[in-house]
Amino acid sequence: MRIYVCVKHVPDTAANINIVNDTGYDRQVKYVANPYDEYGVEEAVTLVEKAGEGEVIAVCVGNETSANTLKSVMAMGVHRSILVKTDEQFSSSALIAKALAKVIEEDGSGDLIFMGKQSVDSEGMQTPYRLGAELNLPVVTGVVNFSLEGSKTIVQREIDGGARESLSMGTPCIIGATKGLNEPRFPKLPAILKAKKKEIKIIEISSLEIVDDAGCRLKKLEPVKERSNARILEGTTEDIVNSLVKILREEEKVI
Amino acid sequence: MSKIGVFIETADQKIKKSVLGIIFAASRGGDVVGFVLDGLASKYKKSLEEYGVTELVNLTASGIEFSKYPEAAGEALAQGVKAFGVAALLGVSSPIGNDLLARTAIALKAPLALDCMDVDFTDNSVKKSHFSGKAIATIEMTASPFVCGIRPNSFDAVQKPVTCNLIDHNLTVSTEGAITITSVDKKGSGQKDLTEANVIITGGRPIGSSENFALLEDCAKILDAAVGASRAAVDSGYAPHSMQVGQTGKIVSPKLYIGCGLSGSVQHFAGMKTSKVIVAINTDKDAPIFSKSDYGIIGDLFEVVPALTKALQK
Repeated sequence: MRIYVCVKHVPDTAANINIVNDTGYDRQVKYVANPYDEYGVEEAVTLVEKAGEGEVIAVCVGNETSANTLKSVMAMGVHRSILVKTDEQFSSSALIAKALAKVIEEDGSGDLIFMGKQSVDSEGMQTPYRLGAELNLPVVTGVVNFSLEGSKTIVQREIDGGARESLSMGTPCIIGATKGLNEPRFPKLPAILKAKKKEIKIIEISSLEIVDDAGCRLKKLEPVKERSNARILEGTTEDIVNSLVKILREEEKVI
Repeated sequence: MSKIGVFIETADQKIKKSVLGIIFAASRGGDVVGFVLDGLASKYKKSLEEYGVTELVNLTASGIEFSKYPEAAGEALAQGVKAFGVAALLGVSSPIGNDLLARTAIALKAPLALDCMDVDFTDNSVKKSHFSGKAIATIEMTASPFVCGIRPNSFDAVQKPVTCNLIDHNLTVSTEGAITITSVDKKGSGQKDLTEANVIITGGRPIGSSENFALLEDCAKILDAAVGASRAAVDSGYAPHSMQVGQTGKIVSPKLYIGCGLSGSVQHFAGMKTSKVIVAINTDKDAPIFSKSDYGIIGDLFEVVPALTKALQK
């Protein structure tokens, strides 16, 4: 069994983002593996462990510090990694999908491809679909349950109001993972040390000869204005709730 | 005048409420063409013409149930976009909406932006969150047509009565070897849909047990609100993940958000900061949530919430 996992090196969700030059941000922040991708990594590693044979290969499109993210997923059990190097802060989903497709095809075909349903930096939610189009493979994202039944892949995803759909598709396929699929492991020290010796093959994005035909471009990035301190309502509990109801009805008109 | 398409998402033979706001968003860019996939366009025509849909297209494919074949549904919408020459296709960024809009964009080889808060047809740009709601990106769609999913509640519905032309459009799509939806489990459902709700009341870890959510349910009934949970409450086993609001849960944008016993983490705010009014209830006067909300009540949710429920009944 050979499984590819696509991972993205992203700023930690708790990091402060300072925007520079209208469409960029200061990269001197803490970076992590995209949290949604970790559900994909965990699922892939568990599958190979259970099968008792096989290989999990991580693929990442990012700058050279992305090697840290690859080391962290190799500490979770990924066997080796491929880094497609680019210094762009925001590569389009279309370009990333083309790069992933090309290196996966050149490396050898996979039985499955896992990735997160979205990244937490640009929140595009479309790379799995675009990768599916490049590789001509079926895609389901938002997956909370995964199993293989013969030649079929059976997944579940959450739809509105807590309902769950079961879907069946052919294998190989692409799975966009989300919370609920599993609990990603925290690697122990021996695994972290072992990961340092695992292979990271570096490929320059320019050598792939792919063109960005996303049909969109980032025009501007702006910080979101945060609310200032809340107006604290004071008095007895009864006074407080009465004045809140009055404000919500008469001033804010939201109820 | 150009035409803008809207995917009329329905559930159980009803139009999703947030579709109406998206029709308004689309109407700012041209005549609105609605696309229906469940074959019941004639049933929806009357309510849609109240909101400005001038053409309503009933997409059918020789008896194929689009609700079972997401790829065929995306292909059908793509063919509709081409056949009716719309400059953009908008839809609700719901789980189903996002999936079908993505498949449509792929089929059209068109640019796509999901979970947008605004769309501007004068320069074909959209606004969407980056970095868990900490930044807003303006993205220019340079190719036409483009596909855009809009976060529910980003636009209010605006009545704009017109005469709607109902069109049956039969097309050919293949379902051979396709992804198939084999069943829908509604066991976990029955909750009011968080993403569509105008009012949400959410419990954090201090709620202490799943039974105690009844306190929030009582208040929610009066407000016609949906009940949410923080990640801490979900991870403690007090609520299912489907109720989670925040980074790894639902992204919501109600008119009123009442957070009970929430600390106010960045990840939680990523899922609800675009709410119009945020009210925080917490015993800890130094909780970060008070610095990021509109109104604060320093007090125990077990006292404040029942009192609020009572006050709302007056």
